[in-house]
Parts: sequence; structure tokens; C-alpha cells
Amino acid sequence: MDIFLQQLINGLVLGSVYALVALGYTMVYGILELINFAHGEITMMGAMVALSVIGALALAAPGLPGVLVLGAGLVVAIPVCVALGLLIERVAYRPLRHAPRLAPLITAIGVSIILQNVAMLIWGKQYLPFPAILPQGRHTLYGASITDVQIAILLLATAIMLLLILMVQKTRLGRAMRATAQSRQVASLMGVDVNRVIAATFAIGSALAAVAGVMVSAYYGLAHYYMGFLLGLKAFSAAVLGGIGNLGGAMLGGLLLGLIESFGAGYIGDLTGGFLGSNYQDVFAFFVLIAVLVFRPSGLLGVRVVERA
Amino acid sequence: MTGRRLAWVMAAAVLVAGCGDKPQQNGDSQVVLIGQASPLTGPQAHLGKDNENGARMALDEINAAGLTLGGKKVVLEMRSEDDAADPKTATTVAQKLVDEGVVGVIGHLNSGATIPASKIYSDNGIPQISPSATAVAYTASGFKTAFRVMTNDAQQGTVLGDYAVTKLGAKRIAIIDDRTAYGQGLADEVEKAAKAAGGDVVAREYTSDRSTDFMAILTSIKGKSPDLVFFGGMDPQAAPMIKQMKQLGMKAQFLGGDGAQTPNFIELAGAAAEGAVASNPGLPLDAMPGGSAFKAKFEAKYGQIQNYSPYAYDAMHVLIAAMKRADSSDPAKYLAELPKTDYQGVTGHIRFDAKGDLAGGAVTLYQVKNGKWQTLETVQSGK
Repeated sequence: MDIFLQQLINGLVLGSVYALVALGYTMVYGILELINFAHGEITMMGAMVALSVIGALALAAPGLPGVLVLGAGLVVAIPVCVALGLLIERVAYRPLRHAPRLAPLITAIGVSIILQNVAMLIWGKQYLPFPAILPQGRHTLYGASITDVQIAILLLATAIMLLLILMVQKTRLGRAMRATAQSRQVASLMGVDVNRVIAATFAIGSALAAVAGVMVSAYYGLAHYYMGFLLGLKAFSAAVLGGIGNLGGAMLGGLLLGLIESFGAGYIGDLTGGFLGSNYQDVFAFFVLIAVLVFRPSGLLGVRVVERA
Repeated sequence: MTGRRLAWVMAAAVLVAGCGDKPQQNGDSQVVLIGQASPLTGPQAHLGKDNENGARMALDEINAAGLTLGGKKVVLEMRSEDDAADPKTATTVAQKLVDEGVVGVIGHLNSGATIPASKIYSDNGIPQISPSATAVAYTASGFKTAFRVMTNDAQQGTVLGDYAVTKLGAKRIAIIDDRTAYGQGLADEVEKAAKAAGGDVVAREYTSDRSTDFMAILTSIKGKSPDLVFFGGMDPQAAPMIKQMKQLGMKAQFLGGDGAQTPNFIELAGAAAEGAVASNPGLPLDAMPGGSAFKAKFEAKYGQIQNYSPYAYDAMHVLIAAMKRADSSDPAKYLAELPKTDYQGVTGHIRFDAKGDLAGGAVTLYQVKNGKWQTLETVQSGK
């Protein structure tokens, strides 16, 4: 039971990070039907920028409480990532908005490679340590343990997701976003500034990515120029699993993927009597993804969209 | 017009300079070329240069003492090449060395470069001694020309597995590897040796060399309450792994190979690194039989020792000693003498087994104490 509970905690923490990143993919897809492959790299940039700020602060003012230093890292990382997201949208996607769908997909992959290499040039190829500034508290719960950092990730991710849903459902910008998602032409005929809405979508997605990036590097204690690639791929899969374009779907997909990975890696060896080991954890996760897509091609919460004429 | 004249002058200069590259017969002494290959550019350039310096120091000493082979006075000259730690470049420079007419090679530094180059040396019958390649595959190809003066991964794994049971007192052992040739190879040897020593391998889990999340496999391992967790892999995985062990409240001892025995491991893992044990093939410099004397001589000439220069130094001496026994620098003749090597070097007693591996290679174990790697002890493999 304690093992089961522990795997549940592991899965939820991992899943809420996936969910935050998946939201960025799904928001952009919902509005532009574009898969923004550079999103994983924005997450990485967020982690790297925050790490630099935290490193500099830890040197300049060693006495500051860890949470404050982390906050400062976030305060710098978020605007940097938002600016980066806006720049990418303006330079790489907006000029191609009326081009065939494959063109922006290719530029997205290009931007992703450029960002990786820029990060490698700035921060180097080695793994960077995340300073141990956070409280290392650990709590025991029915035999399972949960750290302060894990609790913080769960709470922060939940709060951000609730705020996002509120924003999309209740504010003018949210309404404009939903309208643009349904039909760009009609929305613009109704007086919605489509370019601004799209820019806002990129900005919000990038801010979420920055937070997720800082979370990941604080949780695992390191950052690396390549870290965005795998994280981005997993989050994208989570978005597809939940139904890409659907906010609730991205959250559900992220959590599910985290749980599947955690339970898969934890139990697959024992369940198959050692025939399949934890080296099959990704196989297991993607097998579930394929199975879901076979029966529900538009994802768990996705609705079948009629192709526009 | 001046441009053309300049070109002629330069061409002539190149020709003259080119002559200097050929083996010469000056007077009655004969020049014999020895090759050296290691990364001299790129992130490992400091290690490559260190190997070059070690080999050069041995060569200079032999020349100073005077060498006579087959009744002729011989002057040794070194041809040092940059393999950039890259397998493809390694084959190019290996071919270049062979074409230049070297009679033996000290190198390469990395296993990845040493293995493809070894085929070229073997095809041309040129003996090769690597001072630092540890991959089992290097000598497993069965080339008669391939030797090394460094403990290999299999020897290291055997020592680690045995040490876990007999010295660290672990009865229940969990093993994780990163599914790379290095990590998996090391983990397999550890598993074999641990079982042979009477240990119980309670879990065998896998990850990748890209992962940073090990919570799921560690939780599963925790449920089997092991005394010790061995990880075969590199420091970017080992560091978050030991952190997550602490997060899960695991009390098991962490054990790693040379991929984890790095300063970077301590930097990445921080306080969680405390108490971790990991090994590195070979001896620490101060424990080598000729360590302090070598250090004094080397540092007076080339500055600080990086890592493998004592091994490169010994490799050169072993190579030339074989030539002396054969009384010839002809590879076809002195190659037969190399397997009979019995040499007391700076790094220890050097003999080769049937495959060309160092017989009874040493493995040293280290533990993190007060944020630094401290030597625990050195174990001879095969004992």
C-alpha cells in the first residue's frame, strides 16, 4: 500500500509538470492548429534563465531565503520566455499563417533546433547544478514520503491550471480566444483583433512553460540544454492523449501520462515476472497512447472537429 | 609576378620541411618512429596532451640513456596525432600514422576512438598499447596487436560486485543501468560478481542516459528493501538518482563506477552525495609504486598531471622493452615479445593476459566525505 501511494505521488508530481507544458501545446493548437515544437525549448530556456539568476543571486546575497531567490528566478524567467514566445510567433509563424500547414511545422522544428544550440552556446554542454536553496523537508504519509518541493509543485500547478480555466471562461481575452479557436475569420469579422489574441496565447503558453521549466530543474536539481526535447515530446503526447486543443484534456492527459509512466515503471517488472523490465516504461506509456487513439482518435476529451471547407 | 615567385618559394620551403619528416639515417644511428594518438583539441584536449607528455617523457629518457637495436644505434622520434576523441577521426589518424611508418603506437585515449583504430593497426601489423581505454570490446576483437595497461570495465565490475558484498556488507543488492554499452556492461559484471560472492540481487531496473526521473524505479526498489543500490552509468544520472533516493527516505548505500566518480557528481548532487561510494580503474597517483618520483619529474617539465600520463609513460616503456628483448624495431619481430611483458612500472606490475588486457588490474574505491572524494582502498582484480 505504501508503495502504491508512493507511486501515486510520483505520478501526480510528474504528471502536473507534463500538464503545465501540455497546456502550452494545446492552447496554440486550439487556435492555430499549429504544433509549436519549440515549446519544449522555451521550457528549457525558462529553467536556464532562472538558474543563471539564482546562481548570481546566491553569490551576491548568500543570506537570502531560498524561496525568495527562487521567486526572483521566476520573475526574470517568465518575461524572458514570454518575450521569446512572442518573438518566435512574430518571426517564424505569423509570416506563414496562410501558407500550407506543413510550412510552419518545419519552421517550428527549425526554431527548436536553433534554441537548443543557442542555449548550448550560452550555458555550455554540461549539466548545470541547481543550487540547493530550497527547504529539504520530507514528510511521511502512511509509509510514503513527500518532500516540500513536491508539495509546492502540486499546489502551484493546480493553482495555475485553475486560474487559466477561469481566465479562458470568464474574461474578455478568454472569450476572444475561444472565438478565435472556433473560427479565425468570423472572430475577426466580429471585431476581435486576431493577431493580438494569438500573441496573447503564445505569451501565456510561454509563461506556463517558464514555470514548468523552473519546477523541473528545482525538482531534479539540474538543468541541461537538451532537457526541453524529451519533456516537450512527453507533454505533446499528453496533449494528444487528452485531446489536443482542449484545456481540460491537456491537464487530464498530463496527469494520466505521469501516472502511467510511474505505475508502468514501478510494476511492469513484477507483473510480468521480470520478462519486461522498467526499460519498457516508455513503450508502455506510448502503447497506452496508441490504444486510446485507436478507439478515440481525437483524444480522451477531444471533440471530433468537422474539417473546415 | 611577385605572387608567383612567392608561391615557388613556399613550395620549396614545404619540400625542405617535408624532408625533415622522413626517417633519417644520420651517421650510423637510425631513426625509429613511434606514434601517439589522443584528443589534442576539444573538451578533452587537456587529457590528450597529458597522455602525449607522459609518452614523450618516457621516449626522451630512453633516448638519453641510449638505445641499440640489432647492433645499430637507434634514436626514437614521436609522431603525435589528434584524434579529437572522435571514432571517425581516429581511423584517419591511425592510417596516417601507419603511412608515416611508425613501428608502434601509444593510444588512443578514449575507448570509442581506440576500438575502430585498433583494426587499422591490426591490419598493418603495428602493435598498439592504449594507456586509458577501458571498454571490454577493445581487446575482445581478438587482434594480436591490441594491448592496454589500464584495468578494463569487466575487471572493474567484478571488483565492484565483490566489494559490495564482502566489504560494504550488502546482502540485498539492487542494480540499475542506463542501457548504454558502458553502463550495461558494468552492471552485468557487478551482478555476476555480487552473486558469486553470496549476495542476493533483489532488483534489476533500467533507465536511459537521458533520464532525470528515477522516482518510479526507486520506489519499486525501495519496496524490496535493498542494502545497496548500484548504478552503472554517468554522473548526470547518478547525481539526481542519489538525490531522489534521499527524497524517498532510502537508507541503502549508493555504489557507482567511474562514470559517477567525478567532481561533477558531487557538484550536481550536493549534500545528497555524502557517503556515496564509487570506483575508478587504476591507482590514485600517490598510491602508485613510482608515483611521487614520477610526479616530481613530470611536473618539473610539463606542469600538473591530469590523469593518465603515468599510464602513457609506462606504455611507452613496455613497448620499447619488447623491442629491446627482440633486438629489433621491426613490428613483425618484436610483436611476439609484447605478450611476454613483465615490467615493473610507475603504475604497478605490468603483465598481459591472453587477450592483451592488463593482468590483475587495480581498481580504486572512493567515498564522498565532507563534499570530497576520499580514497577508501585499492583492490587488485582477479584475486
